[in-house]
Amino acid sequence: MGDFAMNNTNLSRYEQRVKQAFQAHKESGGPTYILGIETSCDETSASVVRDGREVLSNVIASQADIHKRFGGVVPEVASRRHVENITLTIEEALRDADKKLEDIHAIAVTYGPGLVGALLVGVAAAKAISLARGIPLIGVHHIAGHIYANRLVEEMDFPLIALVVSGGHTELVWMKGHGQFEILGETRDDAAGEAYDKVARALNLPYPGGPHIDRLALEGEPNVPLPRSWLEPNSYDFSFSGLKSAVLNTLHNAAQRGETIQPANLAASFQDSVTEVLVEKTLRAVREFGAKQVLLAGGVAANRGLRERLQARCQQEGVPLVIPPLSLCTDNAAMIAAAGFIRYEKGEFAGLNLNGVPGLSLSEHE
Amino acid sequence: MRVLAIDTSNLVLSVAVVEEERVLAEMTTNQQKNHSVHMMDCVSELLDATNTSPEELSGIGVANGPGSYTGVRIGVASAKSIAWSLGLPIIGVSSLQTIAMNALGFPGLIVPLFDARRGQVYSGCFKAQDMQVAHVHEKERIILLQEWLPLLRDQASGEPILFLGEDVRMHRQTIEQVLGEQARFATPAFNHPRAAHIGYLAMRQLQESGNVHELVPEYLQLAEAEAKWMAQKQEGSVKE
Ligand SMILES: [Zn+2]
Repeated sequence: MGDFAMNNTNLSRYEQRVKQAFQAHKESGGPTYILGIETSCDETSASVVRDGREVLSNVIASQADIHKRFGGVVPEVASRRHVENITLTIEEALRDADKKLEDIHAIAVTYGPGLVGALLVGVAAAKAISLARGIPLIGVHHIAGHIYANRLVEEMDFPLIALVVSGGHTELVWMKGHGQFEILGETRDDAAGEAYDKVARALNLPYPGGPHIDRLALEGEPNVPLPRSWLEPNSYDFSFSGLKSAVLNTLHNAAQRGETIQPANLAASFQDSVTEVLVEKTLRAVREFGAKQVLLAGGVAANRGLRERLQARCQQEGVPLVIPPLSLCTDNAAMIAAAGFIRYEKGEFAGLNLNGVPGLSLSEHE
Repeated sequence: MRVLAIDTSNLVLSVAVVEEERVLAEMTTNQQKNHSVHMMDCVSELLDATNTSPEELSGIGVANGPGSYTGVRIGVASAKSIAWSLGLPIIGVSSLQTIAMNALGFPGLIVPLFDARRGQVYSGCFKAQDMQVAHVHEKERIILLQEWLPLLRDQASGEPILFLGEDVRMHRQTIEQVLGEQARFATPAFNHPRAAHIGYLAMRQLQESGNVHELVPEYLQLAEAEAKWMAQKQEGSVKE
């Protein structure tokens, strides 16, 4: 039984416990350990991060092998695996970090965007542990997580521009300060990663196609003419479906004429078109908003073509670029814990009615 | 000993705190609202109402299916996370058996069912013995109702058959066509699963709790993509 003297009696016992735990920890001034949980797609992940900067553990139970046979992530299958893996993954993250639940100051969980059935497993687990142990609960936006993966590598320097590219996202985000996200542009159709997968399928490359195109592109020459989709002159939005169609048409027309196109050259040309648009729009935003730093985030940050081009252009413009290591670019819970730390410091906790929101927008999140 | 019990496997949401000989509190709603939003607040309220701190619990019981895939997952993921974080034993109880417990005094066959679309139902066949219900017709299954009803008639050998569950209404005509007077239907309150039954059953099996991590839903069928893939594999048209 707790001591309720200092509390509003309208609060539930859970809310009182959370409030007391937060106040006590603030007064102690000690380091903050956050348990992150991420289940928005096909990776079950849990992590312990210290003060939003230092990864103590980052366990990722990948389902990639299971979904490979279906040629893409099957939501129902992913959700089932999450339930099987969830507590085991969390236990492993604590063990790897040499921490116990009583050492944890908050639980940060991805609550959107993502596959709804998959999100719900992580959210349910996070709420359950929060209630059972009286640990504050924090809802984190998946893209905020990807961006904050950078903070696990280098301190952020505001204002900054973040380019987020993954299987499900292509977004250009401007940040004036911690936790302040403004979307400058996003994809109007396919995400960049999606376009990679579709082009890879057309070239008969295995799923997921991104890494295969990247590898192939390095062996080829970008000599197949393909369009650049700049959209309106002032727009920071992206569009990749026209490019994808152009690739398919090129293959189709060549086949009809009985010609063969070198897959490596086509991959190089496709990659050239994608990265040119991504990089030039990013640099235009850097100039317009006077950014002091560029962050690359999301699974496609592993793409060598994109990394090298962005590196070269940022160097030219004299703006520092941060790219997290591969393990922090793909979906993981360390980035969720890192983003959650910002909300922890402000005491922005979620209630036990936190829900999975598949279409959550970054601005709603604030 | 106090056990927390949860059922979110279908449209009804039910949560209870039970002791060996008493139900301390139970909350059941049939509002078909988002279980993900409401369930944990219900648990928190019930713990407060019974003056129970989570650390005072001795075990967790949860309906682990069959039912709505998402509903079952919310229940199981929440329950196993509570159990794991407090180091408690956990018992998964069949969602069908939970409803069958409503009819403990019934002299014939007790048949709970949930609609499973395309003419199919999730169902089982129980009998009341010594204030428990036990399966009398093999395992719980997903089956076409049209195939299930004749099987039940054979099993019953003239005894009445009581159908239970919120989805019985939509199949009542079909059931009456096949079984006529032999089919019985319950008053509304008997069609809701009650978490207090889950708590009762779990309380008596806590020593048999396995590894918390290994508790998983009983969906009674593969995900559609998996079923297709398995079929193709059997035909030899795909390789692993
Ligand atoms: Zn992601």
